[in-house]
Amino acid sequence: MLALKRLLMSPLGSLLSISVIGIAFSLPAGIYGMLENLEAVAGQFSTTPQLSLFLKLNTSEEAVMDVKSRLEHHAGITTIQFISKENALQEFGQSTGLADIAKSFEQNPLPDAFVITASSVPSYQLDELQAELQKWPEIEHVQLDSAWAKRLEAMLGLGRLAVLMLSVLLSVALLVVTFNVIRLQILTMRDEIEVSKLVGATNGFIRRPFLYFGALQGAAGGAVALLITTLGTNLIDEQLKNLMHLYDINWQLYQLSLGDSLSLLLFSASLGWAGAWLSVESHLWQIEPR
Amino acid sequence: MISFSQVHKRYPNGFDALKNVSFALESGEMALITGHSGAGKTTLLKLIAAIERPTSGSIIVNGQNVGTLRSGAIPFLRRNLGLVFQDQKILFDRSVFDNVLLPLQISGFDARSSAARVRAALDKVRLLDKEKARPITLSGGEQQRLCVARAIVSRPSILIADEPTSNLDADYARDIMDMFKSFNQVGVTVLIATHDSELLGNAQQRVFTLRQGELAT
Repeated sequence: MLALKRLLMSPLGSLLSISVIGIAFSLPAGIYGMLENLEAVAGQFSTTPQLSLFLKLNTSEEAVMDVKSRLEHHAGITTIQFISKENALQEFGQSTGLADIAKSFEQNPLPDAFVITASSVPSYQLDELQAELQKWPEIEHVQLDSAWAKRLEAMLGLGRLAVLMLSVLLSVALLVVTFNVIRLQILTMRDEIEVSKLVGATNGFIRRPFLYFGALQGAAGGAVALLITTLGTNLIDEQLKNLMHLYDINWQLYQLSLGDSLSLLLFSASLGWAGAWLSVESHLWQIEPR
Repeated sequence: MISFSQVHKRYPNGFDALKNVSFALESGEMALITGHSGAGKTTLLKLIAAIERPTSGSIIVNGQNVGTLRSGAIPFLRRNLGLVFQDQKILFDRSVFDNVLLPLQISGFDARSSAARVRAALDKVRLLDKEKARPITLSGGEQQRLCVARAIVSRPSILIADEPTSNLDADYARDIMDMFKSFNQVGVTVLIATHDSELLGNAQQRVFTLRQGELAT
């Protein structure tokens, strides 16, 4: 109650410090949302589990047919596309415009290949399939086409680390902001604190409103951060939809979930509390009645 | 109720404010402490409220040894004391009513009975019609009465006043002293420090005189 009164007592000052906290926190929250989006994209692409099989150059036609039938009967594979070395050479010539060079080869340097789609989705199962096929004697090389998705995954991990580091830094900033706001409050309320002590106020009684104030300010800052992120995501979403429409893709941006929002509020509130506690602990003992 | 035995107070700068002071004040007694400025009157009162700690000797207030009281217990000692300070310590950012209310808020009284008590205290010092006023608009005598109201609002068993009549003209001073006497008549132990020998005129109270930190008998 008292804490709320103090917050409203100096509306401009409170607004400013709340905005600082809000802006500081919207940064990691926004990046977090972006990462979630990228992750969703990565998930979409890694759900097309394609593998390319390249056969050994000297594989006979019977052996190729044998491989084909084995692939057809394999439980982990849904579709098979055969690309013969002749087709491959032709395609190479067309797509690169080096048809003349391709013709000049004495011998076709390209192998027969299969492009297969695995029925299993998780990447670790793809790895297993890849390893299994690699062991077949006719097969020279198996390439997992979703390998880049893995690289994206690794980059996302890096991004998550960056968010973590940013959050830690900005949390320290929130602590400092609260610390200073409370310090100023204590200084301006010096007389009241001194008189309160003289008429029998316990340290807890004096400390409590400051702690509530810190938590309240932190939570308000967290709310501002939520507002900024939600607003930002919606604005970007609007633009993105237009863009995606051009590419004929239907894609919804990830919004911070209720759980995310609540934990953000809780986190900023407890940081505010902690900052207030530090400030009170380091300044209150200096005000002893004399 | 209040007893000093061989109390010595030396400040960190080496100044001996009190030397070997011993006295006892019974419950319901009223006493004056006189002496020149710097004789140790204020120090003596501060020791009772645990604002300062004695260098040696023991101070017993309400059966508690104040000198060895742990800091967590000091607020509860002070709730049983009514203090009127030399520098008044009025809070000018709030009304007269809220100034008197502060001790009750701190000791956790509920709002309704607090309001009744505040009005009763203001009535005793004849400031009831000024409860909504800002302290800055009060006269010197009224400000002093406000301090008295704040000291008695929690109905303490001991009332301690440091120079309550300084800066007041004789009429106001007598007025304040009469108030303390009336509190004493309802059983409150009263201890007043003053350099104002005028007040001693028709005093039947005990008088302690301090000379350079020593109690003269």
